[in-house]
Amino acid sequence: MVPLSMTLIDTDVAEAVKNLLAIDGLTIGLLLIVIALLSSVSFWMNWLKRRYHDSVDPAMIRVFNRRIVAWLTIYVLLGLTVFLGPITTLCFFLGVSFWALREFVTMTPTRRADHRTLFWVFFVFVPLQYVLAAYSGDRRWFIAFAVLIPVYGSLFISARIAFAGEAQRFLERTAKIQFGLLICIYALSHAPALLYLDLIYYDAASGEYRPWDQTKSRLLFFLVLMVQLSDLLQFFWDRLYGRNLIAAPIHATKSWEGLVGAALCCGAAALILQWLTRITPFTTYGAAIMGMVISLMAISGTMTMSAIKRDRGVSEYGTLVQGHAGVLDRIDAICFAAPIFYHLTRFFLGAAVAG
Amino acid sequence: MNHSQKLTSAILAITAQLLSGATVRWRGSEPDSCQRVYFANHTSHLDALVLWSGLPRQLRAITRPVAAADYWGAGRVRRYVAGCFNALLIDRHDISVRNSPLDIMLREIGNTFSLIVFPEGSRSPTGELQTFKSGLYYLAKKRPDLELMPVYLDNLNRILPRGEVLPVPLLSCITIGAPIWLHQGEGKDEFLERARQSVLQLKEEQ
Repeated sequence: MVPLSMTLIDTDVAEAVKNLLAIDGLTIGLLLIVIALLSSVSFWMNWLKRRYHDSVDPAMIRVFNRRIVAWLTIYVLLGLTVFLGPITTLCFFLGVSFWALREFVTMTPTRRADHRTLFWVFFVFVPLQYVLAAYSGDRRWFIAFAVLIPVYGSLFISARIAFAGEAQRFLERTAKIQFGLLICIYALSHAPALLYLDLIYYDAASGEYRPWDQTKSRLLFFLVLMVQLSDLLQFFWDRLYGRNLIAAPIHATKSWEGLVGAALCCGAAALILQWLTRITPFTTYGAAIMGMVISLMAISGTMTMSAIKRDRGVSEYGTLVQGHAGVLDRIDAICFAAPIFYHLTRFFLGAAVAG
Repeated sequence: MNHSQKLTSAILAITAQLLSGATVRWRGSEPDSCQRVYFANHTSHLDALVLWSGLPRQLRAITRPVAAADYWGAGRVRRYVAGCFNALLIDRHDISVRNSPLDIMLREIGNTFSLIVFPEGSRSPTGELQTFKSGLYYLAKKRPDLELMPVYLDNLNRILPRGEVLPVPLLSCITIGAPIWLHQGEGKDEFLERARQSVLQLKEEQ
């Protein structure tokens, strides 16, 4: 007879292995398609560069290639998440957040008196927010996750700067640090937090809500895909039909046509994707609306970060310190889309809705 | 250097690189194992360590930052760490003809080592570049074969400002310029001002 403790361990191990191997075929398949597409575009661009190296602007290809490499990294990591568990993705986003905040604060002038406040921000609030993100599936901890930075963080920052005893430009200094923390850490942490959501979906056949027991990386995949699709579609719409610029002093190419066109196309793409694959827990039209919302938020993010860059007189965060890729340039869109997508999803399809 | 010091040395270099997020830019010069004197602006305790860790590994082994003996020579831990980044300890208080820092430097570098010096003498309280002390001039005069490399360290005073103990990991930049030498018949003040200008020029080029 096997001792009780042994069986317990055995079932635990068996469970863990089962979870590890519970490969989500659909997500992996879609990921592979996207990765293959991106790689072939990259190869094609390189071929173009070699073939017509005198007529193609090499700087444009370089920028394009860097962007593709960044996208590929994210998709490969998303793929790994399915195998290695959400903690891998969480750590990846933590690293990205940390680096983005470094870029943001490096660019924003702070004063000597803000030094210790910044130390708290980097070494306490950043890790704590991501630890809470890992527990955000729990209803009690979710509240802590949702208020840590907007409530505790912003109050702490203003108080700590006051304690440091320098009154000059107090509001401005407080706002700078609060904004950096809000965008680079708080907003972005909602992307990996998607992996911990407990969701339901509307089953049309039976007419009732059922628990949605698919891999959560599908949601993150959907978000990232829509953000990047929106980026790409805007680029083409702006080039082809861009007549009325949204705000020329902020961004030289973003147009109203691009905004509307990209949002509509994203909605259509999300609708088709959802209809074909049922990748998200939304209804087909729900997915289309989500696609549009994500696209609009992505443009808002790019515009906002562009305004900050223009104000500071830099063209790319990456050029602040030459040689760095400029993480903040890559993630501005997803920073704005992630929290809105997260909260809309949770509001409409959170497990608590069913009661 | 024994094995444990080599390991600590590698760990120190990586920690310094991660913490300072430093980009190293060579402007008008390339990394080389010839004997050099890197002279930089001084705003933070981290300066020597970050500049040293920004050099390629092969150069780190033959480059010695000049550091204050009253700080780095005090206590076993500091002495050990100083040994790991090859620091050349100079006593700032006990300076005499018999114990001249210049002679120690010249003796210690021999025909292989390069130096990292901060000609301002102490960390600048405002972040502005102060006037240079004369050591660099005498070094150039006694050893005209040394390449004098101007270096500008940017943003390190925000990572670890004067009077702070804990660093904030922002990004920084190390710019290493083209070498200068002492001209024939050039006076001390003239040379020191020219050296200072070569560092300032790197600051403006960014």
